[in-house]
Amino acid sequence: MSGAVLATGPNSWVWWPWVTSHGALIWSATREHIELTLIALAVGLLLSFPLALAARRWRWLFAPILGVTGALYTVPSLAAIGLLLPLTGLTRLTAEIMLVSYTLLILVRNLMTGFDGVPDDIKEAARGMGFSPTRQLLRIELPLAVPSIIAGLRIAAVTTIGLVTITALIGLGGLGRLMYDGYLRNFHTPLVVGATLSVVIAVAADLGLVGLQRVATPWARARRDA
Amino acid sequence: MHFLSQVAHWFTTSAHWHGTDGIPHRVLEHVEISVLVMAVAVVVALPIGVVMGHVGRGGLLAVNVSNIGRAVPSFAVLIVALQVTHHIGAVPAFIALFFLAVPPMVTNAYTGVREVDPELREASTAMGMTGAQTLLRVELPVALPLIMAGVRTSAVNVVATATLAAIVAFGGLGRYILEGIANRDNVEVFSGALLVAVLSLGTELGLALVQRWITPNGLKPRDSVKNEPIAGAADALRPAPTPP
Repeated sequence: MSGAVLATGPNSWVWWPWVTSHGALIWSATREHIELTLIALAVGLLLSFPLALAARRWRWLFAPILGVTGALYTVPSLAAIGLLLPLTGLTRLTAEIMLVSYTLLILVRNLMTGFDGVPDDIKEAARGMGFSPTRQLLRIELPLAVPSIIAGLRIAAVTTIGLVTITALIGLGGLGRLMYDGYLRNFHTPLVVGATLSVVIAVAADLGLVGLQRVATPWARARRDA
Repeated sequence: MHFLSQVAHWFTTSAHWHGTDGIPHRVLEHVEISVLVMAVAVVVALPIGVVMGHVGRGGLLAVNVSNIGRAVPSFAVLIVALQVTHHIGAVPAFIALFFLAVPPMVTNAYTGVREVDPELREASTAMGMTGAQTLLRVELPVALPLIMAGVRTSAVNVVATATLAAIVAFGGLGRYILEGIANRDNVEVFSGALLVAVLSLGTELGLALVQRWITPNGLKPRDSVKNEPIAGAADALRPAPTPP
C-alpha cells in the first residue's frame, strides 16, 4: 500500500495526468458543491431568523423550536434523504431540504445566544434614545449579535460542506460525486481530489467568515487595539 | 395514504423479519458496530482529553483536530478506510467510525476539565488534595456533563455514519436505503430511513437521560432556557474558537 502512494501510475493516490485532463469536470463539481452549500446556508438563515425572533418575543417557543430543530439535526443525513425521496424524488430539492435541516439548530441557537448576550443597559439606552423596537433590533441588537451569528454560520458552513458529499448517492454531490465515482471505479485520484478540495473549501469558508466578522464588527478591533 | 400503507405492508411482511437481510439482524449489526466503536473510542479518547485538561496542555491541538475533523466528510473517511485496508464491510466501517468518534470526546473532555472554576481547584489544593485527588473528586465530577455531552455527540454521529457504512458493503440499516435507491424502491428506502431515524433519536434521548442521571445534583441546570439539553449538539454549539 505504501508503494501505491509513491507510485506514479494510474494506481497511485494522485495520478496527475487525470487531474490535468479533467479540469472542467473538477471545476463543475466544485461549483456545484459551493452552490449547494450557499443555497442551504442562505435558506437556513432565512428560516432561522424568524424562528429566533419568535423565540425572542415569546420565550415559551424556545424549547419547542430547539426540540424540533434538534430532532432534525439528529436524523442522519442518509435517513433524511430516504424520508424525502417518496415526496421530492432524486432532485436538488431533496438535497437542499436535507442540508437546510442540519443548519437550523446551529443557526437558531447561535442567533438566540447572540440576542441574549446584548446587555440590558444597552437596550434600555436605545429605548431611552427613542428607538422603535424594529430600529433597536436592526441597529443595536443585530450588530451586537454578529459574533455569535458568525460563529454559528462557521459551524453550519463547515458541516454543510461535508454533508454535500453525501448527496452523491442521489446523483448530485458536487465533489462527493468525484469521490463516489473514484470509489466505484476503484480509482484513487478522483477520491483524493474530491476529498482534498472539499476540505479546502471548508477551511476557506471558515477563514472567510472570520474575515467577515472582523469587517462587520469594527468596534471589537478598535477595543483590542486601544 | 397509498404510500404509507405500502410502508406498513413492508413492515408487516414476515420475510422482512427473518434472515440476514431481516430487520432484527440489520438492527443488531448497526447497534453492534456502534457499541463496539464507542466502547473503544471512549477508552482511548476520554483519558487523553481529561489528562490534557488537567495538565492544561494541548488544548489548541485538541480544538484544531476536532475542527478539521468536522471539515473532513465522513463519506471520504469511509472510502479511504476501505482503500487503505483493502477490505470491505466491518473493518473499514470500524476504522472510519472510530476516527469520527474520537475528536468530539477529546475536545469536550479537555474543555470540561479545563473550564473547571480555578477557585474550586485552589480550594481542593488548600484542603490538601493531591493532583490525582483533585482530578478524580473535583474536576471530573464538575466536568461530567460536558464530557457526557461529547460522548453523546460522538454516539449519535457514529449511529448516523454507520448508516453510510453500507456504502463500503457493511450491513446495518443503511443497506435498506442504498438497496432501495439502487432498485428505485421508495418503500424500502423510506422504511429503512424510518428505522435509522428512530434508532438515532432513541440513542440521543437515551444518552440525554443518562447524562441527566449522572450529573451531580449541585450541577443540574436551573436556568432551563439556557441549559435546555438538546439533541447531540452540545459540541457543535460551543462557540467556534478563533483559529490562530
